[in-house]
Amino acid sequence: MPELSRGEVRHLADLARIDLSDAELDHLAPQLNVILESVASIQGVAGDDVVPTSHPIPMTNVFREDVVVPCLTPEQALAAAPEREDDKFAVPRILGDEQ
Amino acid sequence: MSWIRKTAAEQADALAAGEVTSVELVQAHLDQIAATNGDLNAFLHVDVPGALAQAAASDERRSAGSPLHALDGVPIAIKDVLTTEGLPTTAGSRILEGWIPPYDGTVTARIKAAGLPILGKTNMDEFAMGSSTENSAYGPTRNPWDHDRIPGGSGGGSAAAVAAFQAPLAIGSDTGGSIRQPGAMTGTVGVKPTYGSVSRYGVIALANSLDQLGPVTRTVLDSALLHELIGGHDPKDSTSVPTPVTGLIEAAREGAKGDLSGLRVGVVKELQGDAWAPDVVERFEESVDILKKLGADVVEVSLPSFVHAMAAYYLILPAECSSNLAKFDAMRYGRRVTPEGSPSAEEVMKVSRDAGFGDEVKRRIIIGTYALSSGYYDAYYGQAQKIRTLIIEDFRRAFESVDVLVSPTAPTTAFPIGEKVDDPLSMYLQDLATIPANLAGVPGISVPSGTSREDGLPTGVQFLAPVLEDARLYRVGAALEAALLEQWGGPIVPAAYQSKESS
Repeated sequence: MPELSRGEVRHLADLARIDLSDAELDHLAPQLNVILESVASIQGVAGDDVVPTSHPIPMTNVFREDVVVPCLTPEQALAAAPEREDDKFAVPRILGDEQ
Repeated sequence: MSWIRKTAAEQADALAAGEVTSVELVQAHLDQIAATNGDLNAFLHVDVPGALAQAAASDERRSAGSPLHALDGVPIAIKDVLTTEGLPTTAGSRILEGWIPPYDGTVTARIKAAGLPILGKTNMDEFAMGSSTENSAYGPTRNPWDHDRIPGGSGGGSAAAVAAFQAPLAIGSDTGGSIRQPGAMTGTVGVKPTYGSVSRYGVIALANSLDQLGPVTRTVLDSALLHELIGGHDPKDSTSVPTPVTGLIEAAREGAKGDLSGLRVGVVKELQGDAWAPDVVERFEESVDILKKLGADVVEVSLPSFVHAMAAYYLILPAECSSNLAKFDAMRYGRRVTPEGSPSAEEVMKVSRDAGFGDEVKRRIIIGTYALSSGYYDAYYGQAQKIRTLIIEDFRRAFESVDVLVSPTAPTTAFPIGEKVDDPLSMYLQDLATIPANLAGVPGISVPSGTSREDGLPTGVQFLAPVLEDARLYRVGAALEAALLEQWGGPIVPAAYQSKESS
């Protein structure tokens, strides 16, 4: 079972868009390794003959009729926006410095 | 006896008989909340004007002879994981601080359509991640039995509110035991219904394939009343099962008569042993003896894959939650923290998510991201899904020879606040007995089984039934409850909340 290095934890946090501080890395990295070690026991438990289950109850996709139903007004939908411009969500720039 | 001491069923009967008004009931509970919530922190938000207005409307319907439901006018609390239009909904997280949803979840809508006044929103571990309610960004909930101890989690707020007579009914959510384990910790009843039988629309998802809303109450009958109210197919939830779950109230009334002849009960072999505190085991064995006396046929059954349930759960859940919580990106709603300069959207996301999420949420998101990354997917997430299959097969085989399974709900009684907060693994062990039901989608109930001889704190016994056979839980749960109440001479109640009259 490979141990997660500090650098790997930082990489995973970056992938998950969480800006961990150095102190958080010190605190969380060892805990993550303890957790991973405890779940490693499942490797090899089930062989190729076992079908994976993603969902406890068998399901089929469902569709509804393509009809217009009442929905949120722009005012309701934007009420919790951190920032808005007219009837739109305002977001910070989406391109990086080098772009 | 004051109104808050009465069960929801008794309150409903009193309303029907004209002995009390909904406004009086709601006011009595609001008074109890005002008197005790400073200590308990069970409610994150109390809606005094809203609850009283709903109560007044209920009283008008009642005097016009047209109540909406048997529980019309009986107050209820809702875990802060379910959206309530116009009322703050935080899921215990800083990232949703101050968010007021523009819509009702389906269960909220059903509660409103039945006329139950909503007292407020209850505390929980952040995004329902935890077994103690200490992971709430708004401070821990305290156990009414001992204010220095946890009330269980993640639904410690709902369980504590019901145990401390702040509400007769509450909604909880159970992803790995978050309704049942707090039930055991606080001496209350909690039910995790069959997966898909109660709508998840409007539930802030932790893990979609595991989450289920359910009742939190002081009696088995009250849980049945609430369960039938909130259950049933919902076109807004694509995982909602079309088959209605019925006969719950009837089963609870039948069970309370105390005859379990012909019921085959399986004691789960894998949910025994050193992990279980001796005082919990003592109460459990006493409950099993009672089941036998009531006519049940008790045998031991083995579900060998249960030993892998916890590991599978702590891969499946983080995988699903790492994906679910990606929506908290500080762009459309939720907390936005903008660093200095001219940051990009991605930089704002990273800083906002670091500031908005607590430690346990970060741990699980990172584990989930790891488990889903290419190269590790088959070894972790893929294996976990296969173990899920093995556990479902274990249940299927077990239910060929028994009608229900039984185990203690949690391995210990309530532990001191702070004891496990930085020891995630030991916290995870709290859900040893409750997790398999979520992996397989089967229903479960936790019923109080007494108090520990050692520390005087409550213990719980858990029953599990096959998918869509929730009624079996109510029959056996009500039978055990009735026998224990007779033995105790009344319900077990936290000492500090025993005799204070508030109405």
